[in-house]
Amino acid sequence: MKMPEPDAAVIARKDEIAAALRGIVPGEGVIVNDDELRPYESDGLTAYRQPPLIVVLPETTAQVSRILRYCHDNGVKVVPRGAGTSLSGGALPLRDGIVLGLGKFNRILDVDYDNRCAVVQPGVTNLAISNAVGEEGFYYAPDPSSQIACTIGGNIAENSGGVHCLKYGLTTNNVLGLELVLIDGEIVRIGGPHLDAEGYDLLGLLTGSEGLLGVVTEVTVRILPKPETARALLVGFPSSEDAGACVAGVIGAGIIPGGMEMMDRPAIHAAEDFVHAGYPLDVEALLIVELDGPESEVDYLIGRVEEIAKANNAVGLRISQSEEERVRFWAGRKAAFPAVGRISPDYYCMDGTIPRGRLPEVLSRMAALSQQYGLRVANVFHAGDGNLHPLILYDANEPGELEKAEEFGADILRLCVEVGGVLTGEHGVGVEKRDLMPAMFTEADLQQQQRVKCAFDPKSLLNPGKVFPTLHRCAELGRVHIHRGQQRFPDIPRF
Amino acid sequence: MAESFRPETPDQLRDAVAWAVAEEIPLEIMCAGSKRSMGRPSNAERRLDVSALRGITLYEPEELVLSAGPGTPLADIEQTLAERRQQLPFEPPDLGPLLGGAAGAGTLGGAIACNLSGPRRLKAGASRDHFLGFSAVSGRGEAFKSGGRVVKNVTGYDLSKLMCGSWGTLGVMTLLTVKVLPAPESIRTVLLFGHGPAEAGAAMTAAMKTPYEVSGVAHLPAGLAAGSAVSHVSGAGRAVTAIRVEGPSPSVAYRCAALRSQLGALVETEELHSRNSVRFWSELRDVSPFAAAGDARCVWRISVPPKSGAQVMQRLIAGTGGEAYLDWGGGLIWLTVDAPVDAMHETVRAAIAAPGGHATLIRAPEPVRAAVPVFQPPEPGVARLLRGVKESFDPRGVLNPGRMYAEL
Repeated sequence: MKMPEPDAAVIARKDEIAAALRGIVPGEGVIVNDDELRPYESDGLTAYRQPPLIVVLPETTAQVSRILRYCHDNGVKVVPRGAGTSLSGGALPLRDGIVLGLGKFNRILDVDYDNRCAVVQPGVTNLAISNAVGEEGFYYAPDPSSQIACTIGGNIAENSGGVHCLKYGLTTNNVLGLELVLIDGEIVRIGGPHLDAEGYDLLGLLTGSEGLLGVVTEVTVRILPKPETARALLVGFPSSEDAGACVAGVIGAGIIPGGMEMMDRPAIHAAEDFVHAGYPLDVEALLIVELDGPESEVDYLIGRVEEIAKANNAVGLRISQSEEERVRFWAGRKAAFPAVGRISPDYYCMDGTIPRGRLPEVLSRMAALSQQYGLRVANVFHAGDGNLHPLILYDANEPGELEKAEEFGADILRLCVEVGGVLTGEHGVGVEKRDLMPAMFTEADLQQQQRVKCAFDPKSLLNPGKVFPTLHRCAELGRVHIHRGQQRFPDIPRF
Repeated sequence: MAESFRPETPDQLRDAVAWAVAEEIPLEIMCAGSKRSMGRPSNAERRLDVSALRGITLYEPEELVLSAGPGTPLADIEQTLAERRQQLPFEPPDLGPLLGGAAGAGTLGGAIACNLSGPRRLKAGASRDHFLGFSAVSGRGEAFKSGGRVVKNVTGYDLSKLMCGSWGTLGVMTLLTVKVLPAPESIRTVLLFGHGPAEAGAAMTAAMKTPYEVSGVAHLPAGLAAGSAVSHVSGAGRAVTAIRVEGPSPSVAYRCAALRSQLGALVETEELHSRNSVRFWSELRDVSPFAAAGDARCVWRISVPPKSGAQVMQRLIAGTGGEAYLDWGGGLIWLTVDAPVDAMHETVRAAIAAPGGHATLIRAPEPVRAAVPVFQPPEPGVARLLRGVKESFDPRGVLNPGRMYAEL
C-alpha cells in the first residue's frame, strides 16, 4: 500500500507544530512522544501501521476550528479519528500529518423525544445513544457489530450499517443534522430536527465521505420508538441455493424482516464451537430471520416465514419462544468474527455487496478461489441486503500468507463488482480498497468525486491517501476540456 | 420559442451537453415539464429535453430494485410495481394539478431531481433515501456514474444524494436506479375529529412516539377537510386529524385499535379502510386542497421540527390570512396565501426563523418566482459549499443556471 510521499519539511517542523497546537489545546491534549503515539498507529485494520507526527485531542468546536485553520495555513495534513474501529484503514495516520482525535467529544447534548431526535457529540458511542434513550422506549436504529466501541462520528464517516438496516436503513437514513468544521476553520451547520435540508444534500454527501471533506463536531440523529416485541427463526438448509431461495421468497412475499442473516458451514461450525448456541451442524447454510413489531404482526409473519422456509427444504427449523432464546439464536452470529479468530491465527474480513440472487454463484466461485489460494474462507452474510462478509483465514507468521490473503480478498471484491455488486457495503474504502476503485469506477467517475472533494478541501489536507487511488491536484481537475468547432450534432432530434 | 434538443441515446445527450459547454450556452433541462412552473424560472435559450430516455431497463422484485430512464412516467413505474405488489416507498406526489397542469404527467427523473416525497416520508424516508445510483452527463460534457444497484454501498462518495434535489443543476441523468419495497397488505387511517391546532399538534406528537409505525400523520382544519372527496372527512364538519397505519392485516387492525384507545379518549374517532384511505392520503400528497381549478394563490411548502408545526401554522395563518394544513406529523406545512406580488415571503420566513427549517415557494406567478427567493436562502458558509459543489460539476454554468438560486 503506497501512501503519499511524506513531506520532510513538515516532519522537520514537528516541534513548532506541536507548540502551535499546545497554544490551542492546553494541558495533555497534544501528544508527541513516540511511545504515546503508538496506540494511534492503526485502526481496526491492523495490517497497516504508521505512527502519526502528532496527536491532538481537542475538547471544543472552537478548538477544532483553530486547529484546522492552523493546519490549512501551514500545509499540515489531518487524519480525523473516532474510536479507531475502522476495518478499512480510514483512520490510518500519516507520518507527516496530525491525528485529530474526537474522543473527548463524548457528551449527549439533548434528547428531544417529541421531535424524535437526539443531539450528540461525535465521540459518543453508537450504543450509548440507544442506552441513553432506552428507558423512554426509544433506540437508535443502525447497529454495526462494533456498536459498543464505535462512535457516531465514525458511523457518519463510514455510513455504517448493521443487521437491522434492511428495514431501518443505514446511518445516512437516520441522521438529520450535522455541525461541521471545514479545513479552513469555518463552522457550518447542516439540517436539524426538521426534514430535508434545502440546497444540495450536503448531509447525504458528508455521510460516508470517510473524513475527507470536513470534521463533524455535532450530530443530530433520528431516534425511533422500540418495537413492542421481536422473535427470531433459526433455520438450516442443505444448500446455499435453498437458503438463498428462502430469502428471495420472504422478500417476494412482501415481508421485510428486522434482520435476516446467513452463515455458511465453516462459519456455523466455528460459531457453534465457540458459543454453543445450538446451531445445527449438518447443514450447509443457516438463516436467522428476525421479525419485530406488535405481537400480532410478529406471530403472523413468523408463521408465513416458516411456511416459506419449509417450502425451501428447511431442516431443523426453530422459532424463539422467549427473549432469552432469541438472544441465544443471535449469540453465534454476533460472535462469528471472534469464533473464526479461534480457529485461525489471523483472519481478514471482507465487505462486498452483491445482488442477492447471485449468492450461490458467488459462493461457489469463492470456494474455487479458496482452493486456488490454499486459504480457508468462512462466510457471514447480511442476507436481506446482499452484504457479504467473507472471512479469509490465514497465518501472518507464515511468510507471504498475508499478501496471499489480500490477493484472495481483492479477487472476491472484483467478483462482487462483476456480478453487479460493489466493493464495500459498510466498511468503507479507506486504504484497504483504494486501489480496487478502478474495478468499479472509470477515471471520469473518480475525477468527478475528487472535484467534489476539491470544493471542500482544495489543498487536499484532509485524510489524503484514502479512497482515491490517484491523487490529482485540484487545479488540474478543474480544467474544462473543450472540443471546439464540432458540428452542431445533426443527428440529435431537435424542435 | 427556445430551440429544443431531444436526444434519444445517452451518447447523443452527452454530445449535446458537450456542445453547450464548448459554446457556453445555458441549457434548460427538462423531462415531461410537469414541474416547469416550480422553482426559479429558466432563462436559458435552449432546452435539453430528456423525455426520450424512457423505459424500465431492470426490475427485479425479489431484489427490491428498479432502473429506468429519466423520462419514464411515474405512472408506468407505479403500475409495473403494483403488478408485483410493490411500490415506490417515498410516495412521490403528483403536483401537476396544483401547478395548473394535467395529472399523471410526472417522470422518475423529475421526482428524483426535485427530491419530492409524500406523507410516508416520516416513516419510509424521502426519495433521496431510495435513490441507489445513476448515470449522468456532467456540466463538463462527461459521462459519469455513482452508486449502484444494491442497497448497501459505501464505495466512494454518495453522489446520488447530491443529484437528488439538485433540480438538474449538477448533471443530466440518463439512467436512475431506485430501491422499491413491498406494498402493504392493508391500509387504514384513524381519524380524530374536532381537534384545534394545539390539541392536534399534541395528538400528532403522541402518535409519532408510539411503537405503532405510523406511516402518515396529518391535520386538516375544518375548512379544508370540507373539500375532501372522502365523505367521512368532508362530512365531519370539523377539523380532522389523521393517522395512517400500514402492514399485515392483523397488525393494522391491532394498531388502529390501540391508537384509537390512546388518542381518541376525548374526541370522536372514525376509521378509513383501504380505498378511502388511499384516496385521502393522495389528496394530502398531491396538495389537492389548494389544487382546485382557478385557484391561483401562492403555495408554500414549509419544513419545521414536527413539534413546532401546529404553532407555526397558526402563526402563519394569522400573519398571512391564508389557509394551511399539516403533514409529516406536524413537520410539513402546506400554506396558501393570496399575495400575488411578493408571496409574503418575509412573513413566511420570519415565522420559521426561531424553530428552524425551510420554506419553498411551490406555486407563484413567474415574476414572483424570479424576484423572491424560491428556496430557503442558505447561510453564508453553506452557500459557499453549494457554489463549490456546483462548480465541481458544472464550471461554466450550462445546466439549468439560476433554477434553484440566482447565483447557482
